[in-house]
Amino acid sequence: MLEVSIYRYNPEVDSEPYMQAFSFDTQGKDIMVLDVLEKLKAEDPTLVFRRSCREGVCGSDGVNISGKNGLACITPLSKVVKNNKLVIRPLPGLPVIRDLVIDMSQFYAQYEKIQPYLINNSPAPDIERLQSPEDRAKLDGLYECILCACCSTACPSFWWNPDKFIGPSGLLQAYRFLADSRDTGTEDRLASLDDPFSVFRCHGIMNCVQVCPKGLNPTKAIGHIRSMLLSSAT
Amino acid sequence: MVKPLTSVGRSGLSNWLLQRISALIMSAYLIFMVVYFFVNPSPSYEQWLGLHSSLAIRIFSLLTILSIAAHASLGVWCVLTDYITVRLIGPKATPIRMFLQLAMIVVITFYVIWTLDILWGI
Repeated sequence: MLEVSIYRYNPEVDSEPYMQAFSFDTQGKDIMVLDVLEKLKAEDPTLVFRRSCREGVCGSDGVNISGKNGLACITPLSKVVKNNKLVIRPLPGLPVIRDLVIDMSQFYAQYEKIQPYLINNSPAPDIERLQSPEDRAKLDGLYECILCACCSTACPSFWWNPDKFIGPSGLLQAYRFLADSRDTGTEDRLASLDDPFSVFRCHGIMNCVQVCPKGLNPTKAIGHIRSMLLSSAT
Repeated sequence: MVKPLTSVGRSGLSNWLLQRISALIMSAYLIFMVVYFFVNPSPSYEQWLGLHSSLAIRIFSLLTILSIAAHASLGVWCVLTDYITVRLIGPKATPIRMFLQLAMIVVITFYVIWTLDILWGI
């Protein structure tokens, strides 16, 4: 039997959070962490977590699995179970609403700050704004972000200053628009990032790269933003 | 955009550049000293005095202590704004952080003046 320990907290009932122990029979199968959560929820309907697509596309079931952030739906037990134990906690650093559900307002507020949309004031062409295959290729490794928050909530700089530091996810998206050949807002975008916190609180420890379930590299994107700031400065 | 008030430079980029340049100067000084002691493992007082009497070495030492001052100010400022914040410990964080930052400036200034006194006192 697999020993599962899950973070429980219902602010309406509990005075403080606690870890609840469950036993789970995997029947020898290497199933996903989300399958375990779903089956445990069938036994105990008070267990609360977010989930939707169950295939690593929607980004709603980001949790901390045995100490490492990841998506429960695409994390097999074989990758995270050690000594027959599985520990599931909410993503760290953001307020817990209940059990494994966190309040992501600060995460989205940072995402909003980077203006995550194309800025181009020239008249729109009849059909669409064209882009060469080479320019389109520059967006690879950037546009795939699903905003699951695994990276930002693994980042100590974001833990300490979630109101000032944009965080790896937001900065990856910021570079996604800075790198877009159709976007004309580069100057304003860069100007809004050149303070000691927004970008420069990144100390390059690369926790974000280690946990990203989509295999993206926010640290590299942050490096590109720094280079752009450096070349645009006098 | 976060308004900078207590950081060393006004822009993140200038702080970042200052941190890198100061690190390069400190590394160069460290390498110089390691090589010096490798070539001359136990210098006599006269040799040591001779080394630091040279104007070039004095300027190099001065640049290094200024780099340490800048680098340390940036580093300590980063640590203070990570842990001594209103978010983490409440409204008393601001006066505590200001006090600690002032203390840091006093200590660093003391070290810079002391170094100047040593370098130009010999």
